Amino acid sequence: MRINFSKIIIFSFVIFLISVFWMGLKKDNNYSTKNLTGSEIGNFKLPSIYSSDIISEEALKQNQFTLINFFASWCAPCRLEHKYLIKLARQNKNIKILGVNFKDKKKNVTNFLNELGDPYDYIVEDRDGKASILFGTYGIPETILINKELIIIKKVIGPLDQTQYEEILKLTQ
Amino acid sequence: MLSNIGSILIFCILSSSLLIICNSCIDIKIKNQLIKKNIYNLSLFQTTATALSFFTLVAGFIFSDFSMINVYENSHTEKPLFYKIAGTWGNHEGSLLLWINILVLFSYLFLIFNYKHNKKFRLYTLIFQNFLIIGFVIFLLLNSNPFSSIYPIPSEGLGLNPILQDPALAIHPPLLYVGFVGCSIYFSAAIASILSEYNGKQFALSIKSWVQISWVFQTLGITVGSIWAYYELGWGGFWFWDPVENASLLPWFAISALMHSVMVLEKRNTLYEWVIILCLLTFILSVTGTFLVRSGILNSVHTFASDPSRGLYILIFLSLMILTSLIIFFKKRKRDTYNFNSNSKETFILANNWFMIFFLVTVLIGTLYPIFLDVLTNTKISVGPPFYNIVIIPFVIPFLLLMAIGPQTSWINSKKNYLFKAIYILVGALVINLFLFFFFGNYGLYSNLILIVATFLILHSIIDVKKSLKKKFEYPRIISHLGFGFLIFFIGVNYQHSVETDFNLRVGETKTTNNYEIFFENIKIKKNKNYKSIIGDFKIIDLKKKNVQYLNPEIRIYDKPETLTYEAAIKSRVNSDLYLTMSNVSRSDFYNIKFQNKPFMIWIWISALMIALGGIVQLMLKKNEN
Repeated sequence: MRINFSKIIIFSFVIFLISVFWMGLKKDNNYSTKNLTGSEIGNFKLPSIYSSDIISEEALKQNQFTLINFFASWCAPCRLEHKYLIKLARQNKNIKILGVNFKDKKKNVTNFLNELGDPYDYIVEDRDGKASILFGTYGIPETILINKELIIIKKVIGPLDQTQYEEILKLTQ
Repeated sequence: MLSNIGSILIFCILSSSLLIICNSCIDIKIKNQLIKKNIYNLSLFQTTATALSFFTLVAGFIFSDFSMINVYENSHTEKPLFYKIAGTWGNHEGSLLLWINILVLFSYLFLIFNYKHNKKFRLYTLIFQNFLIIGFVIFLLLNSNPFSSIYPIPSEGLGLNPILQDPALAIHPPLLYVGFVGCSIYFSAAIASILSEYNGKQFALSIKSWVQISWVFQTLGITVGSIWAYYELGWGGFWFWDPVENASLLPWFAISALMHSVMVLEKRNTLYEWVIILCLLTFILSVTGTFLVRSGILNSVHTFASDPSRGLYILIFLSLMILTSLIIFFKKRKRDTYNFNSNSKETFILANNWFMIFFLVTVLIGTLYPIFLDVLTNTKISVGPPFYNIVIIPFVIPFLLLMAIGPQTSWINSKKNYLFKAIYILVGALVINLFLFFFFGNYGLYSNLILIVATFLILHSIIDVKKSLKKKFEYPRIISHLGFGFLIFFIGVNYQHSVETDFNLRVGETKTTNNYEIFFENIKIKKNKNYKSIIGDFKIIDLKKKNVQYLNPEIRIYDKPETLTYEAAIKSRVNSDLYLTMSNVSRSDFYNIKFQNKPFMIWIWISALMIALGGIVQLMLKKNEN
């Protein structure tokens, strides 16, 4: 039998196309960071906003738990969640809070913290917002709870509320 | 109540499809030229049931019957009546019902209007069209039933996405649907033609009008979609090479190629195999487009309609369709031999087809490549305007030249000498371009070439008008080609001379930019039926011409569902559009203003409509002939 190459090519192309579409369907196409829980945070090096220190993931290994909170003075929902961060800082000594200040100005951050209180153990700045993206943030505010091994145990997209707050307390007891 | 009626009607459509297929299979073996009466009756019954099911859903929307999930999710009692009706097809389930309506309607019309053609061919077409109908009805029943009921019955609906509450968008889906789903009929006819060996000129005659109808609707649908994007989305452009826009353009390229090559099949009885391929390709691309849009595999402005589980069904259906048609095609194909004289109309039409296929492949690659890359290597990229501009623009130049010269030639072997005429016209185009260059300032080499060839095509078409006053059959071609020439010309000028600026402004402030003074006079708040709007009063002073325009962009706050939309204020004038959008800057009294001056926008729409008008004129001429 004579082999018809054009047929083979056309059929394999169609099958290839259909399988790519099929695989594409199974993939979660929308940019989603919800499934990061359980994975380890990546390496980072960010300058501290009020001192010349550079904070990296190594520093967080000494803490039992670290809550990484992405915030900015211009972000309205950040004001709403701030009281929960203050409460957490007061009530739970197992947690250290790292604030990642997102695309902001030092002067505004200072005003923001003077007005609402400062729950943070460290504050680093992410001027151009790139480091926050590497953390897998979707928008701000966003909060990641990690343990000693730097594994993400909880991720909150959007502002913290009472239930999230209680859950964090429970996880870190 | 309405939900039950709807479900019964859907069942009627499905069972009549099965009966039509059975009866046709029996009738196909009987050796006479008359199709049995009961097939006509069944087909009429099916059409009636489908139309009724659609009106049932429309009634559900008009009377806000929230016992249907579909109405509950997409409507609201406070919505204006017009948008209640448009809401019927402004969602996935309703639009699928509209899709089935068109499949059924075209199936019936093809059956009754093609009474002169071969019986076997017509029955096979009917059988395959009903397979398509069954496929989509099952999809509707399994996954997207607009008549699904909800209990307890909610007292109020969720409302329609505000950006869809626009007159252009109310007509955009039905137009596109007639265009895309209409292709199904010659997909079925192509398979029927292979199976019944009903080929050549007769086949061309049987599908020609259907190709033209769906072409007109596709062209109109794409244009209206583009107009909607310009007025509603507030980005100030009319074509973004968004994957979904591309998905609508792909079948359009195939169908434009088909519309031309079907003429060759009719006049010269050749290119049969190629016409079949294009018939199959057009509908396959339409369904592929639907798959890409509805499955959520692409991110775009149409993602409101996406859901992966639907995607799976459409994909299975699409695969079956492609594989079946390929197998039948390869089993029964008859190789064409053709020998065209290089100086003949058919050669030029073939050249048009090559260009169309080139554009199609380019857009297809640009659209699918990001998906491939994402699936195979997990890398996310997006292919944007630079790719299309680089690849397509150089080819538009020879394309337009051939488009002007092609119609001058005659069939088989052209003895006419059109070279001198072409040279005169080219000189004319060059002179006009020189004037433009002189008056409007300099622009790049490509833009120059594009404007020259577009002018060349326009002049050619205008001269043809004079020549063909007595030859009516030339009108449609001249109108469409002229429209295309104008379209490219105005896009070229628009691209070159658009002005766009962005700045922040407070009430009472003035900004001077590019010969315009923009004064932010005042701000008003107005309450409307289903939204609240913040309206800005802007005074625009043209410093060169010393005239004053007032623009009122809006920020709308819809309550159901709660959404913010930004309505651009557009002052459309003969020579240019002034375009202004305003958006609030959070926690400050500044507003972000985007001001644009876009020359000849109206003319871009008019040119696109003119292209479609050519097709409409052709259909009207044909009707008069009959």
